[in-house]
Amino acid sequence: MARELIKGNEAIAEAAIRAGLHAYFGYPITPQTELLEWMSRRMPELGRAFVQAESELGAINMVYGAACAGARVMTSSSGPGVSLMMEGISYIVGTEVPAVLVDVMRGGPGLGNISPAQSDYNQIVHGGGHGDYNLIVLAPSSVQEAIDLTVECFDLAEKYRTMAVLLLDGSLGQMMEPAELPPMMPVRETFPAWAATGAVGRKPNILSSIHLNPPDQEVTNLHMLQRWQTVEANEVRVKEYYMEDARFVVVGYGSAGRVALSAVRAARAEGIPVGLLRPISLNPFPSNMISKLADRVEAFLVTEMSTGQMLEDVRLAVAHRRPVEFYGRVGGIVPFPDEILEEIRRLAKGPLTLEGHPRNRWLARMTGAN
Amino acid sequence: MATIEPMLEEIVYSRPESLTDAATHYCPGCTHGVAHRLIAEVIDEMGLREKMIGVASVGCSVFAYNYLNFDWVQAPHGRAPAMATGVKRVLPDKMVMTYQGDGDMASIGMGEIVHAAARGENITVFFLNNANYGMTGGQMAPTTLPGQKTTSSPTGRDVENAGFPIRASELLSTLDGSSYIVRRSLHDAKNIRLAKKAIRMAFETQLRGLGFSMIEMLSSCPTNWGVDPNQALAWVAEKMVPYYPLGDYKISEAVKQIRI
Ligand SMILES: Cc1ncc(C[n+]2csc(CCOP(=O)(O)OP(=O)(O)O)c2C)c(N)n1
Repeated sequence: MARELIKGNEAIAEAAIRAGLHAYFGYPITPQTELLEWMSRRMPELGRAFVQAESELGAINMVYGAACAGARVMTSSSGPGVSLMMEGISYIVGTEVPAVLVDVMRGGPGLGNISPAQSDYNQIVHGGGHGDYNLIVLAPSSVQEAIDLTVECFDLAEKYRTMAVLLLDGSLGQMMEPAELPPMMPVRETFPAWAATGAVGRKPNILSSIHLNPPDQEVTNLHMLQRWQTVEANEVRVKEYYMEDARFVVVGYGSAGRVALSAVRAARAEGIPVGLLRPISLNPFPSNMISKLADRVEAFLVTEMSTGQMLEDVRLAVAHRRPVEFYGRVGGIVPFPDEILEEIRRLAKGPLTLEGHPRNRWLARMTGAN
Repeated sequence: MATIEPMLEEIVYSRPESLTDAATHYCPGCTHGVAHRLIAEVIDEMGLREKMIGVASVGCSVFAYNYLNFDWVQAPHGRAPAMATGVKRVLPDKMVMTYQGDGDMASIGMGEIVHAAARGENITVFFLNNANYGMTGGQMAPTTLPGQKTTSSPTGRDVENAGFPIRASELLSTLDGSSYIVRRSLHDAKNIRLAKKAIRMAFETQLRGLGFSMIEMLSSCPTNWGVDPNQALAWVAEKMVPYYPLGDYKISEAVKQIRI
């Protein structure tokens, strides 16, 4: 299929449709609204289900219902809406039914703004809803990757019977790039044996997240954790750039990783032996990979469009063996390559320290305080 | 010794197939069990058991799926109509029902129920109004009567502070998307029979794709009301029925044409 110029949000919507999406439920919120609008036109035209829900509470519970019926289903939103979905997300994971969420992040907290940010990392990667659970989280850095990972989200969600999240910032949702869409798949005609589809000639299927007896809940939670270990063992995805001989490593995902790549290239041109590690799976996080890197490289620079949320995961993997520095832009601001290049130069020049917290040093630099 | 001629026996009462043989956890005198039985009987009579997908809510009826013998999903508190929407939209040829209490439907889930009705979602909602939050131990519900004592309105519902009860059937009947909205009561045999007829009509409405149907059933909660089962049924008749008049609140033109 030919490459065409297509906007991130619309590309994700069309990729989901071509992955055999059966139903979409959503609620308007910038910067993801084009996704909902695309669905509102395409889904009915294909005879598939589309509902603009009354709220994100409504949307996520419609997703929950369709997921329990065994259908390929998704929703999309941004920070404030995703916050409202947290209850439903917890239920979906607790019931072990597959579903896909696209979170197109914007500046926060609160109403914040509609500019790109990576502010929901903690909420999505480290929970946000109640109870012990993990979501599979994939982060694209281009429209093409958003398309490919959308399809993968469905496969992973179904393989592990959990929720998979495509996590991207508003600039990726809004940008247009040439990309290739996958071939069209029809909606599946058969439903999984566990689904609630009407008990024809079998015992009733009951889909619930309730385990009133604590030992049952414990068994369930341990079982879900074991399944998560399988995800951790098999589904870590990263992209490495200039890493073979790198002595310094920039770690950044999504748009921040993409901007960092320009900075890394510029630094290489200056002769600085720096590479980029761009995590694609944020959960499972490439902790082992970063831990191994800590044995051979001199220092890390984490760059994010937040005040350092993924930073903590990198620090945990590095475990104080090497200096970790941080550079972030927040509140809806995308960093320029020059800003990150400057940080790479600083990293290469040293001196660096294992003392203190990189976030505090960054904040002092940002605010001119000392 | 005389043997009983099998031909002379006639079974007049048995457990519907749509009801499991599990002993329910409901308190003595609670009408949830009556409602379950009526729904099961109608589903059997209409041959809908294998088509039915129930959406359980959060409240005393959270375990409805242990008693009603078909497929179930379990919604978060108040979200059953949204979940039912999700099920129905991907399985439009199946039957989908929610079973919700008054706290669930008329308080935390008011947004979901209003919009499911407004969309004319082709589902059936059973709304059990027992004028309090049963499962959490008898707190004030949106349906608690003025002056009614509950564990969170210990001196009686003070409308100055807590506002007024919500009449859900009247409210939902104002929506164009609603096709069949009625209020019945489960406090005596006559009313129970009327409730059963309404359940039939609601399922017929859905079966024909005629849109949103809801049956409110006035129900007893002797444990939390602090009265015995008989007094509880009398309280439904004497106190609840005057505030929540029984009747048909919305019967669309298409539903009026249904002949059973
Ligand atoms: C989000 C959320 N809030 C509160 C609760 C606690 N809770 C469980 S049942 C219930 C009230 C149910 O009352 P009602 O819907 O009237 O049903 P009944 O138990 O009377 O049949 C509440 C508040 C909950 N489970 N979830």
